[in-house]
Amino acid sequence: MSLIVETDYGTPASHSDEQVTLTIDGRAVTVPAGTSIMRAAAEAGVEIPKLCATDSLEAFGSCRLCLVEIAGRGGTPASCTTPVAADMVVATRTERLQQIRRGVMELYLSDHPTGSADGDLQETANAVGLGEVRYGHEGANHLLEAKDESNPYFVFDPAKCIVCSRCVRACDEVQNTFALTIQGRGFASKVAAGALGDDFLSSECVSCGACVQACPTDALIEKSVIEQGRPERSVVTTCAYCGVGCSFKAEMRGEELVRMVPYKGGMANHGHSCVKGRFAWGYANHRERILKPMMRESIDQPWREVSWDVAIERVATEFKRLQQQHGRLAIGGITSSRCTNEETYLVQKLVRGGFGNNNVDTCARVCHSPTGYGLKTTFGTSAGTQDFDSVEQSDVILVIGANPTDAHPVFASRMKKRLRQGARLIVIDPRRIDLVRTPHVKADHHLALRPGTNAAVLNALAHVIVTEGLADEEFVRRFCDRDAYDYWAAFVADPKNSPETVSVISGVPAEAIREAARLYAGGGNAAIYYGLGVTEHSQGTTAVMGLANLAMATGNIGRPGVGVNPLRGQNNVQGSCDMGSFPHELTGYRHISDDAMRGSFEALWGRKLDAEPGLRIPNMFDAAVEGTFKGLYVQGEDILQSDPDTKHVAAALAAMECVVVQDLFLNETANYAHVFLPGSTFLEKDGTFTNAERRINRVRKVMDPKNGMADWEITLAISKAMGFEMHYGHPSEVMDEIARLTPTFAGVSFDLIDRLGSVQWPCNEKAPEGTPVMHIGGFVRGKGNFMVTEYVATDERTGPRFPLLLTTGRILSQYNVGAQTRRTDNVVWHHEDVLEIHPHDAEQRGVREGDWVRLESRISGTTLRARITDRVAPGVVYTTFHHPETQANVVTTEYSDWATNCPEYKVTAVQVSPSNGPSDWQREYEQQARHSRRIAKVAAE
Amino acid sequence: MTMRLFVPRDAAARAVGADRVATAIGTEAGRLGRAIEIVRTGSRGLFWLEPMIEVETAAGRIAFGPVAPSDVPTLFAGDFSAGHPLYLGHPEELSFLRRQTRITFARCGIIDPLSPSDYRAHGGGRGLERAKSLGAGKTIEEVTKSGLRGRGGAGFPTGIKWKTVADTPADRKYVVCNADEGDSGTYADRMIMEGDPFLLIEGMVIAGFAVGATKGYIYIRSEYPDAIRVMERAIVLAEVDGLLGAEAKFDIEVRVGAGAYVCGEETSLLDSLEGKRGQVRAKPPLPAHKGLFGKPTVVNNAISLATVPAILADGADGYAALGFGRSRGTMPIQLAGNVKHAGLFEAPFGLSLGELVDEIGGGTRNGRPIRAVQAGGPLGAYFPRALFDTPYDYEAYADRDGLIGHGGLVVFDDSVDMARQARFALEFCALESCGKCTPCRLGSVRGMETMDRIIRGERRAANLALIEDLCQTLKFGSLCALGGFTPYPVMSAIKHFPEDFNRPPIAAAAAD
Repeated sequence: MSLIVETDYGTPASHSDEQVTLTIDGRAVTVPAGTSIMRAAAEAGVEIPKLCATDSLEAFGSCRLCLVEIAGRGGTPASCTTPVAADMVVATRTERLQQIRRGVMELYLSDHPTGSADGDLQETANAVGLGEVRYGHEGANHLLEAKDESNPYFVFDPAKCIVCSRCVRACDEVQNTFALTIQGRGFASKVAAGALGDDFLSSECVSCGACVQACPTDALIEKSVIEQGRPERSVVTTCAYCGVGCSFKAEMRGEELVRMVPYKGGMANHGHSCVKGRFAWGYANHRERILKPMMRESIDQPWREVSWDVAIERVATEFKRLQQQHGRLAIGGITSSRCTNEETYLVQKLVRGGFGNNNVDTCARVCHSPTGYGLKTTFGTSAGTQDFDSVEQSDVILVIGANPTDAHPVFASRMKKRLRQGARLIVIDPRRIDLVRTPHVKADHHLALRPGTNAAVLNALAHVIVTEGLADEEFVRRFCDRDAYDYWAAFVADPKNSPETVSVISGVPAEAIREAARLYAGGGNAAIYYGLGVTEHSQGTTAVMGLANLAMATGNIGRPGVGVNPLRGQNNVQGSCDMGSFPHELTGYRHISDDAMRGSFEALWGRKLDAEPGLRIPNMFDAAVEGTFKGLYVQGEDILQSDPDTKHVAAALAAMECVVVQDLFLNETANYAHVFLPGSTFLEKDGTFTNAERRINRVRKVMDPKNGMADWEITLAISKAMGFEMHYGHPSEVMDEIARLTPTFAGVSFDLIDRLGSVQWPCNEKAPEGTPVMHIGGFVRGKGNFMVTEYVATDERTGPRFPLLLTTGRILSQYNVGAQTRRTDNVVWHHEDVLEIHPHDAEQRGVREGDWVRLESRISGTTLRARITDRVAPGVVYTTFHHPETQANVVTTEYSDWATNCPEYKVTAVQVSPSNGPSDWQREYEQQARHSRRIAKVAAE
Repeated sequence: MTMRLFVPRDAAARAVGADRVATAIGTEAGRLGRAIEIVRTGSRGLFWLEPMIEVETAAGRIAFGPVAPSDVPTLFAGDFSAGHPLYLGHPEELSFLRRQTRITFARCGIIDPLSPSDYRAHGGGRGLERAKSLGAGKTIEEVTKSGLRGRGGAGFPTGIKWKTVADTPADRKYVVCNADEGDSGTYADRMIMEGDPFLLIEGMVIAGFAVGATKGYIYIRSEYPDAIRVMERAIVLAEVDGLLGAEAKFDIEVRVGAGAYVCGEETSLLDSLEGKRGQVRAKPPLPAHKGLFGKPTVVNNAISLATVPAILADGADGYAALGFGRSRGTMPIQLAGNVKHAGLFEAPFGLSLGELVDEIGGGTRNGRPIRAVQAGGPLGAYFPRALFDTPYDYEAYADRDGLIGHGGLVVFDDSVDMARQARFALEFCALESCGKCTPCRLGSVRGMETMDRIIRGERRAANLALIEDLCQTLKFGSLCALGGFTPYPVMSAIKHFPEDFNRPPIAAAAAD
């Protein structure tokens, strides 16, 4: 296996339908009109020297190496900036051109460290046949300028910079952050981050790595390459962070990972990345990673390292004992949205076939379960309707309850690019997320609603659409259930749903709601993107249905540029849901009570399956506290830190007799575990992840599991020990079984994915290469189903004791409970969770910037530092949940979505008061955690 | 009877004391109890006579100059009669003016620049009227037929540029006037803005009408505070007058540069107008297709635009009948440097360089022989006396590796060291480079260093060969004319004045 070097065509592809034929160095080539000569040449196999051009960026024309001669035209135009024309005759290698190129290279090398000419620069010098540098090296130069090493992951060395602006343009055009610039003019021109006096770290740089990737020399280079040396081989795989599902080349030197480079062929990211996927993979080798199985009799004991056999045997014995003593339903399992489809499938198969019950659930329960239910009910499919490319054709983008620039940064960059091209933006969020106003992007409307009032605001938007005659009657007539529409239209038209009424409930001015509705309904292709700010509510499902209603009523479904798109939080939330992780569903969202369908599984698995749905995660906790649920197998999820009402979760875990945690680290849940099975990272196994656009991407094994077994192999071992042996030699065989049992996956195989790069389900006979956009020419369920979405206020209310509303979210540099990102240098950006509070609320409480404050709900309290900002409205406070020291979920409540039990993380009535520092509980917790994580120094048996 | 006096408010006249003269006139008139009216005009462009004041008489205007404040009492005492030593007679009779064909500068120095009625009284506004009666398409045809070429330096046919913009469909188009007059020895843009601003406004309105643009910008260099002030006031007056505004369907805004020469290059000017760093854009796309804010944009030099009203008012044929070869009409030639009669001389193309500097310019100011003339600004070639037969024509200059540019001629006497001048060209390029393209950013500095070696006498043959190679790289490799034309002064100096590159190093060092 060798290093993958992707072809760089120099300039972006043209999408013109018109074809143009020209001759380059005697070769005829036909390309779309608008293609640059440089790209046409590359397609004809003629390589024109270039340094400032790369096909991820618009042509710039600054290096002046790519000059060509065109018959009948004077001069030596740059091939990157000159478009092709019919019958053009181009020469790329005349003596005159080579002389100019040598002249340019001579200039470059006269201001470049001798002997260290690097990367493309040296190659280009060789290509143009440059001999000596006649200017000498004594002239003015940049060789002694200071390096900028402030970023933890990469270095900028001005001595090696050729000022081609590729980094600046990548920041502008690819990442759309505009953190970089060229300072000074002429010879003094210099790449600079931020304003005068800034460095990369202090600037607005989000460390996405686009600049490093774009750099044609070693001026911007990963510190890991400097430390470890140049990579020698690469493996294309899929990022294991958020639901965007970026493809990366894992570049290796020997058995060591040197760097992760975004893969241009990745259909979700098209060669872009964010700070997490690009750089934050160091956790895979972190000293705290556990590589040996461990167990203990009780949670107050230290851990003992044991062999895999002993650990697996212990799990099986305990689970069997618990079932014998407390019944078949006393144990269960939780699948992970971090693991592969195949692993997830196996865990639910273990529970259903091996445990003999349906007590399986997944972390999607606490994030996107309302999406599954809401979109299935209205459209017929539990998934987003579009591919990411769709956003390039959107005219209006509605972002609600999502913060893409932090949580889905790579997609956010594409969204910002489209917004900069002129698409309009509506943001519905209690907090002023970056998209509301960021360099070169500004929302047309920001409806800063009170947390918990999504459904009301969506009804008000619908009210305007219906009462102002903005609905797409034709679409509704053709594709939707007319009766359902009429019933719904009458409902939303009721004055109780008018913007004027809803403005009182939501705090959003009526006129703003009206304007936003008019824009959404009348602005062209309108696309909805939403996140957990929609689902994690007592009316999460209602709001998802409300979004579906809006899209259907305005005809914004069934073509590129429109749709209803959940932004999935984790790499494989979509997949874990698809794989039958919910207690009531088998793969492909088919209810367990469907006898015929269940029968097909029973036949293949050779086991009778329970037709009754099992316990959901919160039910498991309740049952544990009640004493009926005794054993749990948790794969790759830190339920203690991530689920709401931490103390209740802790009590439930403490009440169980056998908690088996399979993870990379001793996470918070592991503090209550009896058996710890070390997990493998995404670099150490084969499989697939399914991203937010239903795209099934390959995860490829880059290195052997450091813990000795891939996660799927561990599940197989447990299953075998439980007496339910499964036979798979490779994860591809698991996918083959999924395809056999699941109509929407019927055509999926590893071979197909390898051939196409990725595939979006449904993939079957009707769509052998997958389905980028769903519901074209009709809904999967038949007719689109309008659901009445009555607004019911949450029971969680502010009052004299708890006058503020807390809402939670994520930040760019950290990921969920932070198990991975906290173990990387990403902590330089966010080393603790802070509480955002409006200056007005802070003033009232005597809270100053950086003060410790106590955050208290009726459930419990914690302390953290305050950040005073008007990003949040008065009456609203906000924090992240990345750090166990804070345990933001200590304060969140037991309330949940009426349909799916998705917790109401986003609305908690709280009080904030000045504090001296961490609370007693936090100190005790920290002590307990430390105590629980002890590993006995005795040798393993 | 009130006596009308005309005192220029042109920056060049003010620089030599016009304001003080005006004050002195007012003071003296007050002391004498004489009723006078002082009209502040533009300049007629005879700079060696500034401050040149004029007095209105029954027989027409009579000029005096150069006037110092101390001359004012004697002027009054002599009742502005012919007997005064500063008496110049009717200005139109002065040979420097008599030999000119003033079309663009017909009103400059005569009218009150900020009087719309004066403007109309002297024939202003007729061009726009005719354009309106012709219609947009015919207006462009008329401009094309006149043979008018871009006066900023590139010499691109104005009518064709307009047609390209007119033919490019867009929801919005712009007219941008390039008044970032940065060439050494040039001042025509400034004079027209200070002396006849409504002319420029009218030209822009015609351009907007012809191409379908409703918004214009005038980009003026910050070094022209007077021009900025006059244009801004003229725009307000034009709005009141109805030449601009809702009814005229055209608005103009003045934008001020920030001191970068390269922002006179049209694409970096557009970037600067957009609020960005003034950096050259690659072409294509042409500004005519994708210019300001990505919209089709006419970018014309101030003189090109200011010439359009006359062409339309009096017809393209008359304008096209003037000139030489493919250079039609007149050019405001600006004589500067060490020249006796420095000033603006508008004449049809075709005069030889010798006629211009020797006869019209009158040789050097200090009387030494002319050794070299740099034509076309800091990036123009140095012409030796041997080439003084070159007719003033875009093609003829190009044939001799030179350029007309914006019409500047800078005269040097025989004390000039052409090696230093060659170095200066590279230094200028280094100073003004935007830094985008490699040849200009690095080549200018390396060129300077290499030229220093030549001056110091180090490996002269090898270094001259290197300079020649560098000039090839600059000429064919640069992104814009800044780097692309820097070889003109350098190579012309080496070619025509080789002896200066072979002087004993000591002499060169002493010249520092």
